[in-house]
Amino acid sequence: MAQVSLRRVVKEYEGGVQAVKGIDLEIADEEFVVLVGPSGCGKSTTLRMIAGLEEISSGEIAIGGMVVNDIPPRDRDIAMVFQNYALYPHMTVYENMAFGLTLRRFPKDEIRRRVENAARILDIGELLDRKPKALSGGQRQRVAMGRAIVRDPKVFLFDEPLSNLDAKLRVQMRVEIKKVHQTVRTTTVYVTHDQVEAMTLADRVVVMNQGIIEQVGTPQELYHRPATRFVAGFIGSPAMNMIPARLENGAGALRLRLPGDIVLPVPAERTQRYAPLAGGEVLFGIRPEHLTEPKNLDRPNIATFEAAPEVIEPLGMETLVIFSLQGNEVTARLDPAVPAERGRKMPFAADLNQMHLIEPRTGRVL
Amino acid sequence: MADGNVLAAPAPAPAAVAPARPGALRRLARRRSTLAFVLTVPLLTVIGGLVVWPFFYAIYLSMLNKRMTRFVGLDNFAFLLSRETFQLVIMQSVIFAVGAVVAKALIGFILAHVLHALPAKGQRKWRGMLLVPWVIPPAISTLAWWWLFDPSYSAINWMLMGIGAPPVAWLGEPGWARFAVILVNVWYGAPFFMIMYLAALKSVPDQLYEAAAIDGATGWQKLRYVTVPMMKNIIAITVLFSLIVTFANFDIVRILTNGGPQDRTHIFGTYAFQVGIQSGDIPLGAAVSLFMFPVLALLAVFVLRDVTRRSREMAG
Repeated sequence: MAQVSLRRVVKEYEGGVQAVKGIDLEIADEEFVVLVGPSGCGKSTTLRMIAGLEEISSGEIAIGGMVVNDIPPRDRDIAMVFQNYALYPHMTVYENMAFGLTLRRFPKDEIRRRVENAARILDIGELLDRKPKALSGGQRQRVAMGRAIVRDPKVFLFDEPLSNLDAKLRVQMRVEIKKVHQTVRTTTVYVTHDQVEAMTLADRVVVMNQGIIEQVGTPQELYHRPATRFVAGFIGSPAMNMIPARLENGAGALRLRLPGDIVLPVPAERTQRYAPLAGGEVLFGIRPEHLTEPKNLDRPNIATFEAAPEVIEPLGMETLVIFSLQGNEVTARLDPAVPAERGRKMPFAADLNQMHLIEPRTGRVL
Repeated sequence: MADGNVLAAPAPAPAAVAPARPGALRRLARRRSTLAFVLTVPLLTVIGGLVVWPFFYAIYLSMLNKRMTRFVGLDNFAFLLSRETFQLVIMQSVIFAVGAVVAKALIGFILAHVLHALPAKGQRKWRGMLLVPWVIPPAISTLAWWWLFDPSYSAINWMLMGIGAPPVAWLGEPGWARFAVILVNVWYGAPFFMIMYLAALKSVPDQLYEAAAIDGATGWQKLRYVTVPMMKNIIAITVLFSLIVTFANFDIVRILTNGGPQDRTHIFGTYAFQVGIQSGDIPLGAAVSLFMFPVLALLAVFVLRDVTRRSREMAG
């Protein structure tokens, strides 16, 4: 068990391309941290630098207080689960799981004890004599995790472990991984491009984009208080609506003028926060779930407006309605009982307590 | 399988009414398997004429007397086994083939690793150069080696004398002559192993090495527990194939030593030629050349069975 520290870590490839541009990150003991971001954001490279599979161009990585920059992977006391499992095809499940311990010259009965224990946690006791080829995708994934668990390492590293599984199995294995972490409490760094996976698994999520960390926070923090336009757009599904708007000053209160001449009053308690932007162009950010059929109109800061749906997506538990404000697509989330018809104007309510204003130039959320 | 498709398709209704024979013929001609067979006929003819027929003819010949007038059963084989020269030939063939194949496999394995470690850019150039010995017709390259080993003009001896070592009668002394024929065979055959092993190395997923590195494997342990097991099938097939071809070698020994000195470098191929063609006992020569067949055939069955089992367990 150990904490992991990254200090100004840079990965530069030949030709000067920087995949990771000097990131700082402190991961606490027993914490489950998920690195999430689009492909090419540097999350896998960061993980591979922690593993020692990728050299660190500059900066420092420490595991359990010890700087590991020049320590080979085998001496870092880490275990890794790969996207395509990387099981040794010529070994049985038992041998695959025991391999790391055999190399470290553990006594035979200790190896057996640990493998059987891990097999019990992962419910793969029946499979120990099989070769990986005879396993399904989900079973292989379990074996790969078993191989990590038996080592009882300081840190678990997961590199997109679920992306080769079908959607149903992915949800199931996600739960499995969370359970395993709750059982063994090993510090875990987990890489994924799937924000749902990130939100559901993580104690803290690290959102990366183009080699830098955009924001670090708990899933709730990232969802409710995104720091940048990127995080606001990346976290949450369907994505947050971002509508170009004008912040107008009128009679001691601020108003937002959206395309289509929709005017929304800015909550009074935010007047001071947004005052510096008054009179300028901003991006008005609001999540689909805060754009609904008119309801709770008695509460403060609920504003209504009208628009005509262009696309209606009934999902069963909710209905997504997409309308356009002068070319800007906006998604709203309605109760499935609300009748919506394509092309016919209907009322919507915006919960402005949940609004965000983004400075278009810097991408900062105010 | 294509066959199955055609059979499964409903037969056109009028065919049932029309006279049966032409319809059946036409259906036979339209089958994809029929077409496939027709297209392979030229190849089957060549194989039949150049491989199958000579093979059975050789078996037939090996059971005749010297004048080829009488069937003698296995007498030729019994006679051969009783002769000291032939016992020598068996031993020499085994030394030659096993020694050469082991050396070729080892050198090929090492070269493949060296090439694999080179950056992709320089790799092609080296790969091309290292393949040269395998591409030159062995009859020609062996002549060059023969000149290198020549007692009077030997370039190797010239170099030896340069460092103060005594000259060696490369092809005149039995031990050195055996070494020389093996050396040339290795020189000629190692690139084949190299290229096969290089292909095998390239097919081992990098992630297995990364997983092994994290599991705690050193370079040697990765080689032993990942590389070699992953290459087992290729190693088995190349060794088997090379063993068969090396046991059947003829040109290198024929050109370098012609079996001498005192038959000490004869192998099955050259001895069969000497007995069968030069001394005119064709049945006995046929018996010599067939001698290894049962052993190698049995070996092939076992090796290939293992290969099939492994690939069934591992592939996919």
